[in-house]
Amino acid sequence: MVPAPTEPLVELRGITKRFGHLIANDRVDLRVARGEVHALLGENGAGKTTLMRVLYGLTRPDSGEILVDGRSIAIASPRDAIAAGIGMVTQHFSLVRPMTVAENLALGRSRFRFSETDALRRVADASERYGIRVSPTARVGDLSVGEQQRVEILKALARDCRLLILDEPTAVLVPQEVEGLFVTLRRLVADGLGVVFISHKLGEVGRISDRVTVMRKGAVVGTAPGRSDERELARMMVGRPVFGVERSDDHVDADRSPVLRVRDLRVAGHGVDALQGLSFEVAAGEVLGVAGVSGNGQTELVDVLAGMRHPDTGSVTVGDTELSGASPSAVVAAGVGRIPEDRHASLVPELSVAHNLVLERIDDFRVLGRLDERVIRVHAQGLIDRFEIRARPDDRVATLSGGNVQKVLLARVLSRDPRVIVVSQPTRGLDIGATEYVRSELLARRAAGAAVLLISEDLDELLALADRLIVLYEGRIVGTMRAGEADPDRLGLLMAGRAADPEGEAA
Amino acid sequence: MTLVRTRLPRPSSLASPWSTPGLVVVAVLLTFLLTAGPILMAGANPIDAYVQFLIVPLTSRFSILEVLVASTPILLTGTAVALAFRGGYWNIGAEGQLLVGAIVAAALGQVSGLPQVVQVPLIILGGALGGGLWALGPAVLRVRFGIDEVVTTLLLNPVALLLVDALLHGPWRDPVSGFPESPRIVDAAEFPQLLERSRLHLGFLVAMVVVVAIGYVISRTPAGLRLRAVGLSPNGARFAGIDVSRTLLLTALASGAIAGIAGAGEVAGMQYRLTSGISPGYGYTGIVVATLGTLTMPGVTLAALFLGDLAVGASSAGRALGIPSQLGAVVQGTLLLVTIGLLAVRRNRAAGAVRPGAVGQDAESVASDVVMGATEAEDATQDGREP
Repeated sequence: MVPAPTEPLVELRGITKRFGHLIANDRVDLRVARGEVHALLGENGAGKTTLMRVLYGLTRPDSGEILVDGRSIAIASPRDAIAAGIGMVTQHFSLVRPMTVAENLALGRSRFRFSETDALRRVADASERYGIRVSPTARVGDLSVGEQQRVEILKALARDCRLLILDEPTAVLVPQEVEGLFVTLRRLVADGLGVVFISHKLGEVGRISDRVTVMRKGAVVGTAPGRSDERELARMMVGRPVFGVERSDDHVDADRSPVLRVRDLRVAGHGVDALQGLSFEVAAGEVLGVAGVSGNGQTELVDVLAGMRHPDTGSVTVGDTELSGASPSAVVAAGVGRIPEDRHASLVPELSVAHNLVLERIDDFRVLGRLDERVIRVHAQGLIDRFEIRARPDDRVATLSGGNVQKVLLARVLSRDPRVIVVSQPTRGLDIGATEYVRSELLARRAAGAAVLLISEDLDELLALADRLIVLYEGRIVGTMRAGEADPDRLGLLMAGRAADPEGEAA
Repeated sequence: MTLVRTRLPRPSSLASPWSTPGLVVVAVLLTFLLTAGPILMAGANPIDAYVQFLIVPLTSRFSILEVLVASTPILLTGTAVALAFRGGYWNIGAEGQLLVGAIVAAALGQVSGLPQVVQVPLIILGGALGGGLWALGPAVLRVRFGIDEVVTTLLLNPVALLLVDALLHGPWRDPVSGFPESPRIVDAAEFPQLLERSRLHLGFLVAMVVVVAIGYVISRTPAGLRLRAVGLSPNGARFAGIDVSRTLLLTALASGAIAGIAGAGEVAGMQYRLTSGISPGYGYTGIVVATLGTLTMPGVTLAALFLGDLAVGASSAGRALGIPSQLGAVVQGTLLLVTIGLLAVRRNRAAGAVRPGAVGQDAESVASDVVMGATEAEDATQDGREP
């Protein structure tokens, strides 16, 4: 175990950052010691990322001081931060995909000419020392997301960073990769580095961090030992006790007939098929969860079911209606509600909330050839009240927060009482309040007899909501199981494509 | 043309400090400063020149009506372009559509034996049909094969002009004078004058009706909401079940038809024949009008009147001050560039106001970090996360 943190490596004092009326950071103090993993825990919008962007020179604070090794320094750009020994791995990697790992490592640092042997040696050193295994001659574009993340970490280490900031590093990883990352982090802190680990997942914070600083609404709520009680941390994070979504555990009747039937769906992709003959059914009153790391056919599946893409072969039926190759309006008319991953692309952000809410059925709001704006507004106000959307009917959707954008989409879909709901990553990027709300709405629809297809990368979400699970890997179903019998380890293995068991037998 | 596309002005709220009226005033002042140099070089006092350009035309009944006459075609082409741009269809071909409308109008105008109440509406419809059909080709190519309409509509403009020339040097060469002009249209085909002692003709009234009608359609009807949705977000519109291809085709058809009416008006209301100089670039000026008018119908109306004023003023300034009347075109061009520039600045300011939810997730965080290929940055912003 790491000794109790004493000497601060980096200290932030009174960091304040405003964006217009919003205070992203309100006099935030933070001390990170050598040899500790310091988790920064908070909901979306709590100010974690802003704080770290300030430290890395990506955002200029309105006031506050940054000390490294006890000395106050000015950080105006990432260059200054790097010079001070600070490295950051953001959620979006800044790698040059056509270049090799070694070349990427050389990019940021070589002042003189590129020495391949030097770069290769560095990669080999780092692999040995920290257990970060990446082939130095591999093209970054060919690497998996987890490997790319390792390259980012290597890049920071190659610049001799002493404090490594990781912004939600596990969001893109399968469970096994998370384990690998944690092993690496342990070795890094054992070597004397400080690590800031931004997260909103309690479980992993408890497992990896020595100390946790909880932020809420731009301010620090408190700092606690890493192994604190999860409920306590959650309370600090949310400011109120969290009640998980309650689910009535009535089992789906075996004789309930399937509403959504998908047969042998194939969609061509780049090189290999994106969907390779997918077949499944969803019954009325059932939530079928689709697990899998993104990029394994989920987007194509949702596009086909939403009427946005024609499959190469296969059929999609809702009730007795064949929907393969149907237009979005035909899909909607058949009773399918669609809530894709990309909410903004599913709405017209520059139009008002009221207009977006009627966009799927404009002609229902026509009177004597013109739009009945009064009825449109009343309709919108009704849905705003019912779905607790924090907006006025005339507000442009582009001005709403992520949670409210999702609620607009949800309201548009659910107000039509769809028989089938296709929903992808419904709570990604939402705070806990909005997440609970969205999940409970989906369960309410299930209770009301809708067939729900839930595509999610969040295993907790799948386990909380789904009755059955299928696991997608490279466009194929590699596992089927009842949600109650699923355990995260096995799911992780399936998602990583390491154990195919199409029959759904216990591994 | 990329400029026009990327610097798309969007209708703005009047409440913002960079409100549209304020922006127009700033644009006019900047234009004045920038063009003062050329005016001085031409040997005139810039203030005198601007008084001539903008004020003098409004000082007599005759010249006020001349302003309306000059505004008529650009009011129509401006509306045509604004309508298309609002629908996300980048019609740069109003000039060609106007010319084809003029050809059809000149053809119908040569038919004798019809009463005026039949022939005049027929000419308007014919002009609309000609312009609409000319616009339809590129639109079909766009929705069927994804061919960029900026290129196709633009390239069809000189084709239409060559068509005019072919007719004027061939079958329609004036049999009396031998000039490359079509025969004069029959009396019953002429647009009636609206007022005594003025060239103001029915075309102006038609233009105003079109402006009001299009404004109503865009803002008050289901079709207009579809058009706006497609223009603002084709994906979002398609997802909501709107037939994007159909909307684009209809938009292009309507836009071309309006430009075609402008051509018909010039033939039947002004020249009474088809000439190769029937349009001194009214279609292109329509792009200026639409942009200056920020794609709204009140804006387009004001911009068309303003440029009409400038056109009349510039030709009289030539006589009064002895400066080339082309300075009017210089002023117009400068005004366009200044306005586009200001609109771009306003948009960047709006985009710079960071939304709370966007903090830390924007491309800036990626782009500002060391080295990165442009396509990678795009990937990162579009996908959110890597596949």
